[in-house]
Amino acid sequence: MHDAARILQLIVNGAASGCIYGLIALGFVLIYKATEMVNFAQGDVMMLGGFAAFTLIAHFHLPYWVGGILAIVITAALGYALDALIIRRVIGQPQFAVVMLTLGLGFIFRAGAGIAWGYDSVGFETPFTNKTIDIGGLILGEDSVSIIAGTVLLCGVLYLFFSRTRVGVAMQAASQNQLAAYYMGIPVRTIFSLIWAISAGVACLAGILLSPISMIDVNMGSLGIKAFAAAVIGGFGSIPGSVIGGVIVGIVEQFAGYKLPAGFQEVSSNIVLLLMLFVRPQGLFAERMGKRV
Amino acid sequence: MILFQANDLSVRFGGIRAVDSVTFEVRQGEVFAIIGPNGAGKTTIFNLISRIYNSTSGKLLLGDTDFTQTPAWRIAGLGIARTFQNIELFPNATLLQNLLIGRHYHARTNFISEMMFLPSVRKAELRHREKVEDVIAFLGLERYRDSLIANLPYGVRKVVELGRALSIEPKLLLLDEPSSGLNVEETEGMGFWIEDIKKDLGITVIMVEHDMALVNQVSDRVMALNYGKVLAMGTPQQVQSHPEVVKAYLGGEVEGAA
Repeated sequence: MHDAARILQLIVNGAASGCIYGLIALGFVLIYKATEMVNFAQGDVMMLGGFAAFTLIAHFHLPYWVGGILAIVITAALGYALDALIIRRVIGQPQFAVVMLTLGLGFIFRAGAGIAWGYDSVGFETPFTNKTIDIGGLILGEDSVSIIAGTVLLCGVLYLFFSRTRVGVAMQAASQNQLAAYYMGIPVRTIFSLIWAISAGVACLAGILLSPISMIDVNMGSLGIKAFAAAVIGGFGSIPGSVIGGVIVGIVEQFAGYKLPAGFQEVSSNIVLLLMLFVRPQGLFAERMGKRV
Repeated sequence: MILFQANDLSVRFGGIRAVDSVTFEVRQGEVFAIIGPNGAGKTTIFNLISRIYNSTSGKLLLGDTDFTQTPAWRIAGLGIARTFQNIELFPNATLLQNLLIGRHYHARTNFISEMMFLPSVRKAELRHREKVEDVIAFLGLERYRDSLIANLPYGVRKVVELGRALSIEPKLLLLDEPSSGLNVEETEGMGFWIEDIKKDLGITVIMVEHDMALVNQVSDRVMALNYGKVLAMGTPQQVQSHPEVVKAYLGGEVEGAA
Protein backbone atom coordinates (compact mmCIF):
# COMPACT_ATOMS: atom_id res chain seq x y z
CA MET A 1 0.00 0.00 0.00
CA HIS A 2 2.76 2.36 0.98
CA ASP A 3 4.57 1.48 -2.20
CA ALA A 4 1.51 2.03 -4.36
CA ALA A 5 0.99 5.47 -2.82
CA ARG A 6 4.63 6.28 -3.42
CA ILE A 7 4.34 5.28 -7.06
CA LEU A 8 1.20 7.33 -7.52
CA GLN A 9 2.90 10.31 -6.01
CA LEU A 10 5.83 9.91 -8.39
CA ILE A 11 3.41 9.76 -11.28
CA VAL A 12 1.63 12.94 -10.20
CA ASN A 13 4.88 14.82 -9.63
CA GLY A 14 6.21 13.54 -12.93
CA ALA A 15 3.05 14.51 -14.74
CA ALA A 16 3.26 17.98 -13.21
CA SER A 17 6.79 18.71 -14.39
CA GLY A 18 5.91 16.89 -17.60
CA CYS A 19 3.04 19.33 -18.18
CA ILE A 20 5.55 22.18 -18.01
CA TYR A 21 7.71 20.48 -20.65
CA GLY A 22 4.55 19.85 -22.62
CA LEU A 23 3.53 23.51 -22.51
CA ILE A 24 6.93 24.66 -23.76
CA ALA A 25 6.82 21.92 -26.40
CA LEU A 26 3.39 23.16 -27.43
CA GLY A 27 4.95 26.54 -28.13
CA PHE A 28 7.59 24.90 -30.33
CA VAL A 29 4.97 22.91 -32.18
CA LEU A 30 2.51 25.76 -32.78
CA ILE A 31 5.19 27.86 -34.41
CA TYR A 32 6.71 24.96 -36.31
CA LYS A 33 3.39 23.79 -37.72
CA ALA A 34 2.53 27.23 -38.99
CA THR A 35 5.83 28.59 -40.20
CA GLU A 36 8.21 25.61 -40.32
CA MET A 37 10.52 27.52 -38.03
CA VAL A 38 11.80 26.26 -34.70
CA ASN A 39 11.98 28.89 -32.02
CA PHE A 40 14.96 27.91 -29.89
CA ALA A 41 14.27 30.87 -27.62
CA GLN A 42 11.00 29.31 -26.43
CA GLY A 43 12.47 28.34 -23.04
CA ASP A 44 13.82 31.85 -22.59
CA VAL A 45 10.47 33.36 -23.44
CA MET A 46 9.10 31.26 -20.57
CA MET A 47 11.82 32.72 -18.34
CA LEU A 48 10.85 36.28 -19.35
CA GLY A 49 7.20 35.44 -18.68
CA GLY A 50 8.10 34.13 -15.25
CA PHE A 51 10.01 37.31 -14.43
CA ALA A 52 7.17 39.46 -15.75
CA ALA A 53 4.78 37.66 -13.39
CA PHE A 54 7.32 38.00 -10.55
CA THR A 55 7.60 41.75 -11.09
CA LEU A 56 3.85 42.27 -11.23
CA ILE A 57 3.01 40.05 -8.26
CA ALA A 58 5.99 40.50 -5.90
CA HIS A 59 6.95 44.10 -6.75
CA PHE A 60 3.67 45.74 -7.70
CA HIS A 61 1.72 43.57 -5.25
CA LEU A 62 -0.97 42.67 -7.75
CA PRO A 63 -3.14 39.70 -6.79
CA TYR A 64 -1.85 36.38 -8.18
CA TRP A 65 -4.59 35.96 -10.78
CA VAL A 66 -4.50 39.54 -12.04
CA GLY A 67 -0.72 39.61 -12.16
CA GLY A 68 -0.61 36.22 -13.85
CA ILE A 69 -3.07 37.15 -16.59
CA LEU A 70 -1.38 40.49 -17.14
CA ALA A 71 2.00 38.76 -17.43
CA ILE A 72 0.57 36.36 -20.01
CA VAL A 73 -0.81 39.27 -22.03
CA ILE A 74 2.51 41.14 -21.86
CA THR A 75 4.50 38.07 -22.90
CA ALA A 76 2.07 37.36 -25.74
CA ALA A 77 2.55 40.94 -26.94
CA LEU A 78 6.30 40.35 -26.82
CA GLY A 79 5.83 37.21 -28.94
CA TYR A 80 3.78 39.14 -31.47
CA ALA A 81 6.39 41.90 -31.68
CA LEU A 82 9.18 39.34 -31.95
CA ASP A 83 7.62 37.92 -35.10
CA ALA A 84 6.36 41.15 -36.61
CA LEU A 85 9.61 43.06 -36.10
CA ILE A 86 12.40 40.48 -36.22
CA ILE A 87 11.55 36.93 -37.28
CA ARG A 88 9.55 37.99 -40.33
CA ARG A 89 12.71 39.48 -41.82
CA VAL A 90 14.42 36.11 -42.20
CA ILE A 91 11.54 34.48 -44.10
CA GLY A 92 13.01 33.04 -47.27
CA GLN A 93 16.49 32.70 -45.74
CA PRO A 94 17.92 29.23 -45.06
CA GLN A 95 16.64 27.38 -41.97
CA PHE A 96 20.05 27.88 -40.45
CA ALA A 97 19.44 31.63 -40.25
CA VAL A 98 16.31 31.08 -38.18
CA VAL A 99 18.14 28.68 -35.85
CA MET A 100 20.97 31.15 -35.28
CA LEU A 101 18.57 34.06 -34.91
CA THR A 102 16.40 32.39 -32.27
CA LEU A 103 19.44 30.97 -30.41
CA GLY A 104 20.91 34.47 -30.43
CA LEU A 105 17.67 35.99 -29.18
CA GLY A 106 17.76 33.46 -26.34
CA PHE A 107 21.20 34.73 -25.30
CA ILE A 108 19.99 38.32 -25.48
CA PHE A 109 16.93 37.49 -23.35
CA ARG A 110 19.07 35.77 -20.72
CA ALA A 111 21.57 38.61 -20.58
CA GLY A 112 18.79 41.20 -20.53
CA ALA A 113 16.97 39.39 -17.75
CA GLY A 114 20.23 39.11 -15.80
CA ILE A 115 20.74 42.86 -16.03
CA ALA A 116 17.13 43.69 -15.19
CA TRP A 117 16.38 41.15 -12.47
CA GLY A 118 19.81 39.86 -11.40
CA TYR A 119 21.14 36.32 -11.38
CA ASP A 120 19.57 35.14 -8.12
CA SER A 121 16.60 32.82 -8.03
CA VAL A 122 13.37 34.55 -7.14
CA GLY A 123 9.87 33.38 -6.40
CA PHE A 124 6.46 34.76 -5.53
CA GLU A 125 3.67 33.68 -3.30
CA THR A 126 0.97 31.68 -5.11
CA PRO A 127 -2.30 30.33 -3.74
CA PHE A 128 -0.84 26.85 -4.21
CA THR A 129 2.51 27.22 -2.48
CA ASN A 130 3.19 24.75 0.33
CA LYS A 131 -0.34 23.40 0.48
CA THR A 132 -1.36 19.82 0.11
CA ILE A 133 -4.53 17.95 -0.74
CA ASP A 134 -5.30 14.65 0.92
CA ILE A 135 -7.18 12.25 -1.35
CA GLY A 136 -7.85 9.08 0.66
CA GLY A 137 -4.41 9.01 2.25
CA LEU A 138 -2.66 10.12 -0.91
CA ILE A 139 -0.95 13.44 -0.15
CA LEU A 140 -0.46 15.62 -3.19
CA GLY A 141 1.10 19.07 -3.40
CA GLU A 142 -1.41 21.66 -4.56
CA ASP A 143 1.32 23.14 -6.73
CA SER A 144 1.59 19.91 -8.74
CA VAL A 145 -2.17 19.59 -9.01
CA SER A 146 -2.46 23.21 -10.14
CA ILE A 147 0.04 22.62 -12.94
CA ILE A 148 -1.86 19.59 -14.21
CA ALA A 149 -5.23 21.33 -13.92
CA GLY A 150 -3.87 24.46 -15.60
CA THR A 151 -2.48 22.43 -18.50
CA VAL A 152 -5.69 20.47 -18.99
CA LEU A 153 -7.70 23.69 -18.91
CA LEU A 154 -5.39 25.36 -21.41
CA CYS A 155 -5.61 22.37 -23.76
CA GLY A 156 -9.40 22.59 -23.59
CA VAL A 157 -9.38 26.29 -24.38
CA LEU A 158 -6.92 25.80 -27.24
CA TYR A 159 -9.06 23.00 -28.63
CA LEU A 160 -12.14 25.23 -28.65
CA PHE A 161 -10.12 28.06 -30.08
CA PHE A 162 -8.71 26.07 -33.00
CA SER A 163 -11.85 24.16 -33.84
CA ARG A 164 -14.51 26.84 -33.38
CA THR A 165 -13.22 30.34 -33.84
CA ARG A 166 -12.63 32.00 -37.14
CA VAL A 167 -9.12 33.06 -36.14
CA GLY A 168 -8.33 29.52 -35.00
CA VAL A 169 -9.53 28.00 -38.25
CA ALA A 170 -7.64 30.67 -40.17
CA MET A 171 -4.49 29.62 -38.28
CA GLN A 172 -5.00 26.00 -39.29
CA ALA A 173 -5.62 27.05 -42.88
CA ALA A 174 -2.55 29.28 -43.01
CA SER A 175 -0.37 26.50 -41.65
CA GLN A 176 -1.63 24.02 -44.24
CA ASN A 177 -1.33 26.25 -47.28
CA GLN A 178 -0.23 29.88 -47.07
CA LEU A 179 -0.90 30.77 -50.68
CA ALA A 180 -4.43 29.40 -50.63
CA ALA A 181 -5.07 31.06 -47.27
CA TYR A 182 -4.35 34.49 -48.75
CA TYR A 183 -7.11 34.01 -51.31
CA MET A 184 -9.59 32.92 -48.66
CA GLY A 185 -9.16 36.40 -47.21
CA ILE A 186 -6.81 35.41 -44.41
CA PRO A 187 -4.10 37.94 -43.49
CA VAL A 188 -1.40 35.29 -43.25
CA ARG A 189 1.36 37.49 -41.80
CA THR A 190 -0.81 38.80 -38.99
CA ILE A 191 -2.00 35.26 -38.31
CA PHE A 192 1.60 34.06 -37.99
CA SER A 193 2.39 36.86 -35.56
CA LEU A 194 -0.68 35.87 -33.55
CA ILE A 195 0.61 32.30 -33.42
CA TRP A 196 3.89 33.62 -32.00
CA ALA A 197 1.81 35.57 -29.48
CA ILE A 198 -0.10 32.45 -28.42
CA SER A 199 3.02 30.36 -28.02
CA ALA A 200 4.68 33.12 -25.99
CA GLY A 201 1.55 33.36 -23.84
CA VAL A 202 1.57 29.59 -23.29
CA ALA A 203 5.27 29.75 -22.35
CA CYS A 204 4.48 32.47 -19.81
CA LEU A 205 1.72 30.32 -18.33
CA ALA A 206 4.28 27.51 -18.01
CA GLY A 207 6.62 29.85 -16.16
CA ILE A 208 3.87 30.97 -13.78
CA LEU A 209 2.68 27.44 -13.06
CA LEU A 210 6.25 26.28 -12.54
CA SER A 211 7.16 28.99 -10.03
CA PRO A 212 5.81 27.24 -6.88
CA ILE A 213 7.91 24.10 -7.45
CA SER A 214 11.02 25.64 -8.91
CA MET A 215 12.26 29.17 -8.54
CA ILE A 216 12.46 31.65 -11.38
CA ASP A 217 15.97 32.34 -12.56
CA VAL A 218 17.79 33.46 -15.66
CA ASN A 219 18.70 29.93 -16.69
CA MET A 220 15.31 28.29 -16.30
CA GLY A 221 15.02 28.42 -20.09
CA SER A 222 17.30 25.39 -20.29
CA LEU A 223 14.15 23.34 -19.62
CA GLY A 224 13.57 24.04 -23.29
CA ILE A 225 15.95 21.19 -24.13
CA LYS A 226 13.73 18.67 -22.35
CA ALA A 227 10.71 20.27 -23.92
CA PHE A 228 12.31 19.85 -27.31
CA ALA A 229 12.67 16.13 -26.59
CA ALA A 230 9.00 16.08 -25.57
CA ALA A 231 7.98 17.74 -28.83
CA VAL A 232 9.94 15.24 -30.92
CA ILE A 233 8.49 12.31 -28.96
CA GLY A 234 5.03 13.69 -29.59
CA GLY A 235 5.63 13.90 -33.32
CA PHE A 236 6.64 17.58 -33.69
CA GLY A 237 3.47 18.67 -35.37
CA SER A 238 0.83 17.42 -33.03
CA ILE A 239 -0.53 19.56 -30.20
CA PRO A 240 -1.84 16.71 -28.00
CA GLY A 241 1.34 14.81 -28.89
CA SER A 242 3.54 17.52 -27.43
CA VAL A 243 1.71 17.52 -24.08
CA ILE A 244 1.68 13.72 -23.90
CA GLY A 245 5.35 13.65 -24.89
CA GLY A 246 6.04 16.10 -22.07
CA VAL A 247 4.17 13.99 -19.53
CA ILE A 248 6.09 10.87 -20.61
CA VAL A 249 9.41 12.67 -20.19
CA GLY A 250 8.32 14.04 -16.79
CA ILE A 251 7.19 10.68 -15.40
CA VAL A 252 10.24 8.80 -16.69
CA GLU A 253 12.41 11.43 -15.06
CA GLN A 254 10.72 10.96 -11.68
CA PHE A 255 11.12 7.21 -11.78
CA ALA A 256 14.73 7.49 -12.95
CA GLY A 257 15.42 9.71 -9.97
CA TYR A 258 13.74 7.27 -7.59
CA LYS A 259 15.03 3.94 -8.86
CA LEU A 260 18.23 4.58 -10.77
CA PRO A 261 21.62 5.83 -9.59
CA ALA A 262 22.23 9.55 -9.33
CA GLY A 263 22.71 11.30 -12.66
CA PHE A 264 20.26 9.21 -14.62
CA GLN A 265 17.42 11.59 -13.91
CA GLU A 266 19.13 14.38 -15.83
CA VAL A 267 19.77 12.33 -18.97
CA SER A 268 16.56 10.28 -18.91
CA SER A 269 14.73 12.67 -21.26
CA ASN A 270 17.45 12.19 -23.85
CA ILE A 271 17.37 8.43 -23.39
CA VAL A 272 13.62 8.41 -24.02
CA LEU A 273 14.18 10.61 -27.05
CA LEU A 274 16.83 8.27 -28.44
CA LEU A 275 14.66 5.21 -27.88
CA MET A 276 11.78 6.97 -29.59
CA LEU A 277 13.93 7.82 -32.59
CA PHE A 278 15.02 4.18 -32.86
CA VAL A 279 11.57 2.68 -32.54
CA ARG A 280 9.25 5.25 -34.07
CA PRO A 281 11.17 8.13 -35.61
CA GLN A 282 8.04 9.96 -36.75
CA GLY A 283 6.91 10.35 -33.12
CA LEU A 284 3.76 9.24 -31.35
CA PHE A 285 1.25 11.36 -33.21
CA ALA A 286 2.82 11.84 -36.60
CA GLU A 287 0.72 13.78 -39.02
CA ARG A 288 1.20 13.44 -42.73
CA MET A 289 3.16 16.52 -43.59
CA GLY A 290 4.20 15.56 -47.10
CA LYS A 291 4.63 18.48 -49.41
CA ARG A 292 3.77 18.32 -53.05
CA VAL A 293 6.62 19.30 -55.31
CA MET B 1 -20.85 46.97 -68.50
CA ILE B 2 -17.14 46.73 -67.73
CA LEU B 3 -16.36 44.68 -64.59
CA PHE B 4 -12.58 44.55 -64.67
CA GLN B 5 -9.91 46.74 -66.22
CA ALA B 6 -6.14 46.50 -66.48
CA ASN B 7 -4.65 49.77 -67.67
CA ASP B 8 -1.14 49.88 -69.06
CA LEU B 9 -0.07 47.10 -66.70
CA SER B 10 3.68 46.39 -66.57
CA VAL B 11 6.03 44.45 -64.39
CA ARG B 12 9.78 44.19 -64.69
CA PHE B 13 11.91 41.46 -63.14
CA GLY B 14 15.42 42.82 -63.37
CA GLY B 15 15.88 43.67 -67.03
CA ILE B 16 13.01 41.53 -68.25
CA ARG B 17 9.65 43.08 -68.97
CA ALA B 18 7.49 40.07 -68.11
CA VAL B 19 4.34 42.08 -68.72
CA ASP B 20 4.69 45.10 -70.94
CA SER B 21 1.98 47.79 -71.04
CA VAL B 22 -0.93 45.38 -71.19
CA THR B 23 -4.35 46.98 -71.34
CA PHE B 24 -7.57 45.02 -71.43
CA GLU B 25 -11.06 45.07 -70.03
CA VAL B 26 -13.46 42.31 -69.12
CA ARG B 27 -17.21 42.77 -69.42
CA GLN B 28 -19.69 41.71 -66.82
CA GLY B 29 -20.75 38.11 -67.41
CA GLU B 30 -18.24 37.08 -70.06
CA VAL B 31 -15.56 34.42 -70.16
CA PHE B 32 -12.27 36.03 -71.09
CA ALA B 33 -9.35 33.76 -72.02
CA ILE B 34 -5.68 34.65 -72.01
CA ILE B 35 -3.55 32.51 -74.32
CA GLY B 36 0.04 32.53 -75.45
CA PRO B 37 3.15 30.39 -75.68
CA ASN B 38 5.07 29.39 -72.56
CA GLY B 39 6.68 32.38 -70.90
CA ALA B 40 4.37 34.85 -72.59
CA GLY B 41 3.37 36.38 -69.25
CA LYS B 42 -0.09 34.82 -68.79
CA THR B 43 0.36 33.56 -65.27
CA THR B 44 2.33 36.70 -64.41
CA ILE B 45 -0.76 38.75 -65.31
CA PHE B 46 -2.80 36.51 -63.01
CA ASN B 47 -0.31 37.00 -60.23
CA LEU B 48 -0.50 40.75 -60.77
CA ILE B 49 -4.29 40.73 -60.62
CA SER B 50 -4.30 38.57 -57.50
CA ARG B 51 -1.61 40.83 -56.02
CA ILE B 52 1.11 38.25 -55.46
CA TYR B 53 3.36 40.57 -57.48
CA ASN B 54 3.42 44.33 -57.35
CA SER B 55 3.11 45.89 -60.76
CA THR B 56 5.89 48.25 -61.83
CA SER B 57 3.30 50.54 -63.35
CA GLY B 58 -0.31 50.52 -64.43
CA LYS B 59 -3.68 50.25 -62.78
CA LEU B 60 -6.11 47.51 -61.79
CA LEU B 61 -9.80 48.31 -61.46
CA LEU B 62 -12.76 46.21 -60.38
CA GLY B 63 -15.83 48.24 -61.17
CA ASP B 64 -14.78 51.64 -59.83
CA THR B 65 -12.47 50.24 -57.18
CA ASP B 66 -8.77 50.72 -57.77
CA PHE B 67 -7.03 47.70 -56.23
CA THR B 68 -3.53 48.23 -57.60
CA GLN B 69 -2.17 48.49 -54.05
CA THR B 70 -4.58 46.20 -52.17
CA PRO B 71 -2.86 43.43 -50.17
CA ALA B 72 -3.43 39.87 -51.44
CA TRP B 73 -5.58 38.82 -48.49
CA ARG B 74 -8.13 41.54 -49.21
CA ILE B 75 -8.70 40.33 -52.77
CA ALA B 76 -11.37 37.85 -51.66
CA GLY B 77 -13.14 40.72 -49.92
CA LEU B 78 -13.34 42.63 -53.19
CA GLY B 79 -15.09 39.64 -54.75
CA ILE B 80 -12.22 38.06 -56.65
CA ALA B 81 -11.51 34.35 -56.28
CA ARG B 82 -8.82 32.33 -58.01
CA THR B 83 -7.61 28.82 -58.63
CA PHE B 84 -4.04 27.71 -59.24
CA GLN B 85 -2.34 25.81 -62.00
CA ASN B 86 -0.95 23.28 -59.52
CA ILE B 87 -3.91 23.20 -57.12
CA GLU B 88 -3.51 24.88 -53.75
CA LEU B 89 -5.92 23.19 -51.33
CA PHE B 90 -5.70 22.49 -47.62
CA PRO B 91 -4.46 18.89 -47.83
CA ASN B 92 -5.19 17.74 -44.26
CA ALA B 93 -8.77 18.92 -44.29
CA THR B 94 -11.87 17.40 -45.82
CA LEU B 95 -13.53 18.64 -48.98
CA LEU B 96 -16.33 20.15 -46.90
CA GLN B 97 -13.86 21.97 -44.64
CA ASN B 98 -11.99 23.31 -47.65
CA LEU B 99 -15.18 24.77 -49.05
CA LEU B 100 -16.21 26.18 -45.69
CA ILE B 101 -12.92 28.07 -45.45
CA GLY B 102 -14.05 29.76 -48.63
CA ARG B 103 -16.77 31.32 -46.45
CA HIS B 104 -14.15 32.82 -44.12
CA TYR B 105 -14.52 36.28 -45.53
CA HIS B 106 -18.31 36.21 -45.16
CA ALA B 107 -18.30 35.32 -41.46
CA ARG B 108 -19.45 38.15 -39.23
CA THR B 109 -19.62 36.53 -35.80
CA ASN B 110 -17.30 37.57 -33.00
CA PHE B 111 -14.64 35.65 -31.16
CA ILE B 112 -16.30 35.13 -27.77
CA SER B 113 -19.62 33.96 -29.18
CA GLU B 114 -17.70 31.60 -31.48
CA MET B 115 -15.93 30.05 -28.47
CA MET B 116 -19.26 29.50 -26.74
CA PHE B 117 -21.01 28.49 -29.96
CA LEU B 118 -24.00 30.77 -29.29
CA PRO B 119 -27.24 30.35 -31.26
CA SER B 120 -26.28 33.29 -33.51
CA VAL B 121 -23.08 31.50 -34.45
CA ARG B 122 -24.97 28.28 -35.02
CA LYS B 123 -27.38 30.04 -37.35
CA ALA B 124 -24.56 31.66 -39.31
CA GLU B 125 -22.77 28.31 -39.56
CA LEU B 126 -25.92 26.70 -40.94
CA ARG B 127 -26.26 29.44 -43.54
CA HIS B 128 -22.66 28.93 -44.66
CA ARG B 129 -23.19 25.20 -44.74
CA GLU B 130 -26.22 25.65 -47.01
CA LYS B 131 -24.22 27.82 -49.40
CA VAL B 132 -21.45 25.25 -49.50
CA GLU B 133 -23.95 22.42 -50.03
CA ASP B 134 -25.29 24.36 -53.04
CA VAL B 135 -21.78 24.43 -54.49
CA ILE B 136 -21.28 20.72 -53.75
CA ALA B 137 -24.53 19.91 -55.54
CA PHE B 138 -23.65 22.24 -58.43
CA LEU B 139 -20.36 20.43 -59.05
CA GLY B 140 -21.67 16.95 -58.16
CA LEU B 141 -19.14 16.43 -55.36
CA GLU B 142 -21.56 14.81 -52.88
CA ARG B 143 -19.79 11.50 -52.56
CA TYR B 144 -16.44 13.09 -51.70
CA ARG B 145 -17.89 15.47 -49.11
CA ASP B 146 -16.05 14.04 -46.10
CA SER B 147 -12.92 12.76 -47.85
CA LEU B 148 -9.54 14.20 -46.97
CA ILE B 149 -8.10 16.15 -49.89
CA ALA B 150 -4.85 14.20 -49.63
CA ASN B 151 -6.83 11.04 -50.52
CA LEU B 152 -8.62 12.43 -53.58
CA PRO B 153 -7.46 11.91 -57.18
CA TYR B 154 -6.01 14.88 -59.06
CA GLY B 155 -9.02 15.40 -61.30
CA VAL B 156 -11.38 15.66 -58.34
CA ARG B 157 -9.07 18.03 -56.48
CA LYS B 158 -9.15 20.33 -59.47
CA VAL B 159 -12.94 20.48 -59.19
CA VAL B 160 -12.72 20.97 -55.42
CA GLU B 161 -10.51 23.98 -55.95
CA LEU B 162 -13.09 25.39 -58.33
CA GLY B 163 -15.75 24.70 -55.69
CA ARG B 164 -13.78 26.48 -53.02
CA ALA B 165 -13.45 29.51 -55.27
CA LEU B 166 -17.22 29.45 -55.87
CA SER B 167 -17.88 29.26 -52.12
CA ILE B 168 -16.38 32.74 -51.88
CA GLU B 169 -19.31 33.88 -54.09
CA PRO B 170 -17.01 35.98 -56.24
CA LYS B 171 -17.93 38.55 -58.87
CA LEU B 172 -14.78 37.71 -60.79
CA LEU B 173 -13.29 34.22 -60.99
CA LEU B 174 -9.69 33.73 -62.10
CA LEU B 175 -8.95 30.23 -63.42
CA ASP B 176 -5.28 29.42 -63.96
CA GLU B 177 -5.13 26.61 -66.51
CA PRO B 178 -8.32 24.83 -65.45
CA SER B 179 -7.56 21.89 -67.75
CA SER B 180 -3.93 21.28 -66.83
CA GLY B 181 -3.37 17.74 -65.63
CA LEU B 182 -6.87 16.63 -66.66
CA ASN B 183 -7.66 13.94 -69.22
CA VAL B 184 -9.86 14.61 -72.25
CA GLU B 185 -13.05 13.61 -70.48
CA GLU B 186 -12.32 15.66 -67.38
CA THR B 187 -11.42 18.65 -69.54
CA GLU B 188 -14.79 18.41 -71.24
CA GLY B 189 -16.49 18.34 -67.83
CA MET B 190 -14.50 21.40 -66.79
CA GLY B 191 -15.73 23.16 -69.94
CA PHE B 192 -19.36 22.48 -69.06
CA TRP B 193 -18.87 23.79 -65.54
CA ILE B 194 -17.26 26.99 -66.78
CA GLU B 195 -20.25 27.50 -69.10
CA ASP B 196 -22.64 26.86 -66.19
CA ILE B 197 -20.71 29.21 -63.93
CA LYS B 198 -21.21 31.92 -66.51
CA LYS B 199 -24.85 31.16 -67.39
CA ASP B 200 -26.35 29.93 -64.12
CA LEU B 201 -24.28 31.80 -61.56
CA GLY B 202 -23.58 34.90 -63.65
CA ILE B 203 -19.94 34.98 -62.58
CA THR B 204 -17.42 36.68 -64.83
CA VAL B 205 -14.42 34.48 -65.62
CA ILE B 206 -10.87 35.25 -66.68
CA MET B 207 -8.90 32.15 -67.53
CA VAL B 208 -5.41 31.29 -68.63
CA GLU B 209 -5.59 28.21 -70.82
CA HIS B 210 -3.48 26.16 -73.22
CA ASP B 211 -6.14 23.79 -74.48
CA MET B 212 -7.53 25.57 -77.55
CA ALA B 213 -10.57 23.27 -77.74
CA LEU B 214 -11.59 24.40 -74.26
CA VAL B 215 -10.89 28.05 -75.11
CA ASN B 216 -13.09 27.76 -78.21
CA GLN B 217 -15.84 26.01 -76.29
CA VAL B 218 -16.24 28.49 -73.44
CA SER B 219 -14.69 31.86 -74.10
CA ASP B 220 -16.41 34.94 -75.46
CA ARG B 221 -13.23 36.83 -76.05
CA VAL B 222 -9.57 35.93 -76.16
CA MET B 223 -6.37 37.87 -75.63
CA ALA B 224 -3.15 36.45 -77.05
CA LEU B 225 0.16 37.41 -75.48
CA ASN B 226 3.77 36.97 -76.39
CA TYR B 227 6.86 38.31 -74.63
CA GLY B 228 4.59 40.19 -72.25
CA LYS B 229 2.84 42.15 -75.01
CA VAL B 230 -0.66 41.87 -76.40
CA LEU B 231 -0.60 40.28 -79.88
CA ALA B 232 -4.30 40.17 -80.59
CA MET B 233 -7.70 40.46 -78.93
CA GLY B 234 -11.15 39.41 -80.12
CA THR B 235 -13.32 36.33 -80.58
CA PRO B 236 -11.56 32.95 -80.41
CA GLN B 237 -11.72 32.64 -84.21
CA GLN B 238 -10.37 36.13 -84.88
CA VAL B 239 -7.46 35.65 -82.50
CA GLN B 240 -6.51 32.21 -83.74
CA SER B 241 -6.38 33.27 -87.34
CA HIS B 242 -4.46 36.45 -86.54
CA PRO B 243 -1.14 36.20 -88.38
CA GLU B 244 0.92 37.41 -85.38
CA VAL B 245 -0.61 34.69 -83.20
CA VAL B 246 0.05 31.98 -85.76
CA LYS B 247 3.62 33.19 -86.02
CA ALA B 248 4.11 33.18 -82.26
CA TYR B 249 2.83 29.64 -81.90
CA LEU B 250 4.40 28.04 -84.94
CA GLY B 251 7.42 30.25 -85.37
CA GLY B 252 6.79 30.96 -89.03
CA GLU B 253 4.49 32.53 -91.57
CA VAL B 254 2.01 29.70 -91.78
CA GLU B 255 -1.41 30.39 -93.23
CA GLY B 256 -4.67 28.90 -92.07
CA ALA B 257 -3.28 26.98 -89.10
CA ALA B 258 -6.33 27.65 -86.93
